[in-house]
Amino acid sequence: MFAYVVKRLISGVLVVTLVSMAIFLLFWFGPSSPAQPICDRETQNRCTAAKLDIYEKTLGYKNPVYEEYGKYVKGIFVDRTLTIASNDYECSAPCMGVSFRTKQPVKEELVSRIPATFSIAIGGAFLYLLFGVPIGVAAARRRGSVADKALVSSFLFISSVPYYLFALLTWLYLTITFEVPFFSDTGYFPITQDGPFKWFSGLFLAWVALGIFGCTQYTRFTRGAMVEALSEDYIRTAKAKGLPTRTIVYKHGLRAALVPVVTIFGIDFGTLLAGTIFTERIFEIQGIGWWSLEAVQGRDLPVVQATALFSAVVLIISNLLVDVVYSVLDPRVRLS
Amino acid sequence: MTSVPMTQSSATESPDDRGSDGPYLQVEDLKVTFPTQDGPVTAVSGLTYSVEKGKTLGIVGESGSGKSVSSMAVMGLHDTKSAQISGSIRVGGTEVVGLSEAKMRGLRGNSMAMIFQDALAALHPFYKIGGQLEEAYLVHHSSASKRDARRKAIEMLDRVGIPQPDRRVDDFPHQFSGGMRQRAMIAMGLINDPSLLIADEPTTALDVTVQAQILDLLQDLQREFNSAVIIITHDLGVIAEMADDVLVMYAGRCVEYGTTKQILTAPEMPYTWGLLSSIPDVGASTDARLIPIPGNPPSLLRPPSGCSFHPRCVHSDKVPGDLCRTELPELVPASSGTAHLKRCHLADPVGVYTTEVLPEIAPELVEETR
Repeated sequence: MFAYVVKRLISGVLVVTLVSMAIFLLFWFGPSSPAQPICDRETQNRCTAAKLDIYEKTLGYKNPVYEEYGKYVKGIFVDRTLTIASNDYECSAPCMGVSFRTKQPVKEELVSRIPATFSIAIGGAFLYLLFGVPIGVAAARRRGSVADKALVSSFLFISSVPYYLFALLTWLYLTITFEVPFFSDTGYFPITQDGPFKWFSGLFLAWVALGIFGCTQYTRFTRGAMVEALSEDYIRTAKAKGLPTRTIVYKHGLRAALVPVVTIFGIDFGTLLAGTIFTERIFEIQGIGWWSLEAVQGRDLPVVQATALFSAVVLIISNLLVDVVYSVLDPRVRLS
Repeated sequence: MTSVPMTQSSATESPDDRGSDGPYLQVEDLKVTFPTQDGPVTAVSGLTYSVEKGKTLGIVGESGSGKSVSSMAVMGLHDTKSAQISGSIRVGGTEVVGLSEAKMRGLRGNSMAMIFQDALAALHPFYKIGGQLEEAYLVHHSSASKRDARRKAIEMLDRVGIPQPDRRVDDFPHQFSGGMRQRAMIAMGLINDPSLLIADEPTTALDVTVQAQILDLLQDLQREFNSAVIIITHDLGVIAEMADDVLVMYAGRCVEYGTTKQILTAPEMPYTWGLLSSIPDVGASTDARLIPIPGNPPSLLRPPSGCSFHPRCVHSDKVPGDLCRTELPELVPASSGTAHLKRCHLADPVGVYTTEVLPEIAPELVEETR
């Protein structure tokens, strides 16, 4: 197990390195000069060839690509000083560059935005399971009934609506039309500064939108896995032992059905942790998703680079965790 | 091997104490119907049999003949929403047809137990063998501690011949071999000392040497516990070794019933002849041919009119008129004895058997009878 985890972590570092190279190369050899966005911004769209040349020189885009990539990697471990036009910016290790828009080190802003994104992810994922699993189990136990069919088709309807539309409508109705008290002022308020109530009420609608939309999927997963588990031979054995129905359904049925659900959940949770663009944008929560959206719109290359790397790291770690948890849940699985 | 004294279950009231006279299990006119979208499927119809303590009944038949369905009805394992059960099933004097689920639960696994084929699928893959045995014990011994249950589980594993039971008790089912898994299944079935044990094809998925060990084990345990045993199989070899009485089922009905000797040596129903003809004989010459029963088991959704075996029966031309096609034969006493019952229109089954069937399947026996 330990050897397996170490092996996976090493391969994870390798993947992150490859991803960082890919991102670096994409920008370097993009359709326009990588210095073009900042030149445009700083000169109010009057970027001449001479000015562009200054930016390219100071940002190192005149040097060979491997040399600049080397500097970038070195910056992860050692402090470096970045020069943009005539100004110097200190960037302490691990340095991920300086934002073209704010001129702040990217790392600091990334760290400051993690709590907001993680708050959304944890709350939303919690609702996925809180509603998805019990409703799925209930539907599986009543499979074929009118209630089951109504539930499955209405959930299928919800999950076939595009999420951004669903979230937008949730926001419109709950904040503008009904002005739900306490919760209409959405946003991220750090629990340490504004207290748990403000934190909770700011995120509540985002959680509801994310949770309701996501839980429809989990209901279907759980229902499917549960229907399959309940038709297994070992359920008949459990019944033949004289066990009460509750034990048969939960201890024997749900225990088996949870394995595929947990696997999908781990991957989904990782995706949420990497940033929820629509949720953060619609509910105005200053998290990584919104930040990456702004960075793309503002052509803020170092920030785009950092958010892309961040999501790669989060997904690799969550995939590793899924595999480890899987081997714990299913004793037949051997990690090697 | 150490003999383990079996403590009588004290936590739940055992029906064994009442109505101890007569057979332990009495099934009368059992009918099991499943409503489907295409119409009702009658999987078992008019089935009557009984098993005494210490005796073994073998139920034989092809897949879909109603062997397992009837036994699951005895255990109350059918979903009451999807199966309609009528007739009477008395277990130790208690009528279980229509019994409340709570009372049924007290009998299941306690007074009667079932062991299934394919123990790998029938044991839960995520729980340790010991945990699954302990669970079976604790559910009927609410006052017992976890430690008692574990000791009992180890005792039972030892009793069924699992080596190092105190260590193997913490293994998962996939860490056991096929034969050991089936032994563990048997240990789980017998952990509450049931008076009735139903073994549903207990040796089907096992190789031949292991099959023999498992059958020996079942016989030993039956002698020790003096339980009534039903063994469901399509293997007449298993029947010959294990059963006192045999029930041959076809299309949900009993077509022949008698002692093992009667069924194996003087069968009077063409379907039973077919089963006997399709067994390979080790002693026979290598060019002796197996004679399969032509055709397939009938659809229970639209069973054949009259005798349900007539479309596959090669002897129906010996019955005058359309009788086989139009009229279901009654289950009547056969010529070899009153306990021997058959469901066939043939006027002289013994004659047909000795002149036509026996020369095909065992020519050496024909000489002896003459």
